[in-house]
Amino acid sequence: MGQKTSSMGAATMFRYLILIGGAIIMVVPFLWMVSTSFKEYAYVIEFPPKLIPEAPTLNNFVEAWTTGQFQVYFKNSMIVAVISVVLAVLISAMMAYAFARFRFPGKEILFFSILLLLMVPNIIGIIPQFLLAKALGLRNSLFGLILFYVATSLPLNTFLLRGFFETLPRELEDAMLIDGANYFTIFTRMVLPLSKPALATVSIFSLLGFWDEYILALTFIDDQTKRTLPIAIASFHGQHGTDWGLVFAASLIAMIPIVALYIVLQRYFTAGLTGAIKG
Amino acid sequence: MDFLSRWVNKPVGMGVVKKGPGSRQLPIVFVFLLPGIFLFLVFNIYPLLKAFQISFYDWSIVPTNPSTFVGLDNYAQALADPIARLAFRNTVLYTMITVPGQIVLALAAALLLNSIVRGKVFLRTLYYLPVITSWVIVSLLFRYMFQSPNGFINYLLVNVLHLVESPIGWLQSASTAMIPVWLLGIWKGIGWSMVIFLAALQTIPAEIYEAADIDGAGNFHKLMRITLPLIRPTLVFVVVMLIIGGLNVFLPVALVTNGGPLQQTEVVLTYMYHQAFDFLEFGYGSALAFMMAIFIVSLSFIQLRFFRQPEEIF
Repeated sequence: MGQKTSSMGAATMFRYLILIGGAIIMVVPFLWMVSTSFKEYAYVIEFPPKLIPEAPTLNNFVEAWTTGQFQVYFKNSMIVAVISVVLAVLISAMMAYAFARFRFPGKEILFFSILLLLMVPNIIGIIPQFLLAKALGLRNSLFGLILFYVATSLPLNTFLLRGFFETLPRELEDAMLIDGANYFTIFTRMVLPLSKPALATVSIFSLLGFWDEYILALTFIDDQTKRTLPIAIASFHGQHGTDWGLVFAASLIAMIPIVALYIVLQRYFTAGLTGAIKG
Repeated sequence: MDFLSRWVNKPVGMGVVKKGPGSRQLPIVFVFLLPGIFLFLVFNIYPLLKAFQISFYDWSIVPTNPSTFVGLDNYAQALADPIARLAFRNTVLYTMITVPGQIVLALAAALLLNSIVRGKVFLRTLYYLPVITSWVIVSLLFRYMFQSPNGFINYLLVNVLHLVESPIGWLQSASTAMIPVWLLGIWKGIGWSMVIFLAALQTIPAEIYEAADIDGAGNFHKLMRITLPLIRPTLVFVVVMLIIGGLNVFLPVALVTNGGPLQQTEVVLTYMYHQAFDFLEFGYGSALAFMMAIFIVSLSFIQLRFFRQPEEIF
């Protein structure tokens, strides 16, 4: 907002004060989590609680990483998230391109159902999805999770990418067509390369969603060796005497890839979101 | 933006296809569409239709036992079920508290961030941290912090701030158990709306504010007369999205209170999930899910009609 130079000093100070106060509220729970993860036997709740552990230890991290099958869960999450992202982005980009550039019968109704599913949460269909997974032998299978993840991310991804593709200059495509290129060449050589920022954003948010997905994984997976990280973390939180140090050490390990991704690709987190709304 | 208004009015497929829907194009578009449509129909549309069907049955989970058609019984049961009504009330209350909470705080944070230069990116990152953290993790974290009697929040309230005499049993009492869930919903969501508001604020030309300064407009006046009207489409978008998200609340309730104590904090979707997967009441669960879906979709349509200005309709 417009600032008057005369009052800027005090006003700016006040703004920083509020912003920093807010930031502290946003961050304190995380500090508390980090602090707990460095404490041993955190199921015995200490009183008064100390933000700085008296005898910090890495034992929780070592234990979380080595006990049970945590590394298997980490690997499962990686496999499911990475493969799902690649498939989800490719398939929704193809569908979005069809929506942006072609006429075809049933287009209106299909697009309308996509928009409808943007409003209806996936969990509404969880009961038939469970029955379907059972009937198709997709329960307790990472491949099954991948199929459902890709499918459930299609409506939003297709919608966002269609908006972006429609902004691409059509003249370029026409020129390529005249030069004898077909639509696949146009799609892979022109549309996808020109859409890198939008594709990056869609990939990041899909990855975030897949990495954190809980409900489908909880409902579909009984086999312990097929668990993903969110399920594993929630199961560390037992009914009796939760070892919170262990829970949060595991949580922090699970957060590392996401936070790293955020730091490296921060601009796509914001740029894409706003681009989508303007769509 | 106007994606929401666009899809209600404007026919899709405005793309000019020079050659028309000729014989050469149909197979091509088919190849682009096929994988997506296949997955979409099998894993999204079919389950929704199936849920609709199941909701009219006393559904048997054993394939050999036939399911009995019960008509609207499951829906009638839902309307009469006191826990279902409570769950609906809790869902609406969650939305009514967390949506304004997120909007106001996110808007304030965005306005303040937009007015500073140093440390902007750093502060924005801190506000965004809860957004990128998984619901599972932050829900467990809030559960841990709100434990009683020796949780972090009770310690702050009793021993540091001296606001209350004795620790509050947040999760033990039905009247307080939703408070951690509300706070979690607001805390986790602020960053998302804030980033969107921030982007919208940056599109407002500085000259408008300079002109307002010359006219002697105060900050509040500038906010009400310039800023808010200019970011109105973004505001509408965020409000509609947050209301949908609020009514869909599931994970924070499932992981912080799990509906307890005594099912007093169930929301519609946790109650549906418990009915389906704890008691295997698939028919009843589907009816609950479907009623919720219809409620959300109708409400979204009403909002779009209500929020759209006359000039946006055509």
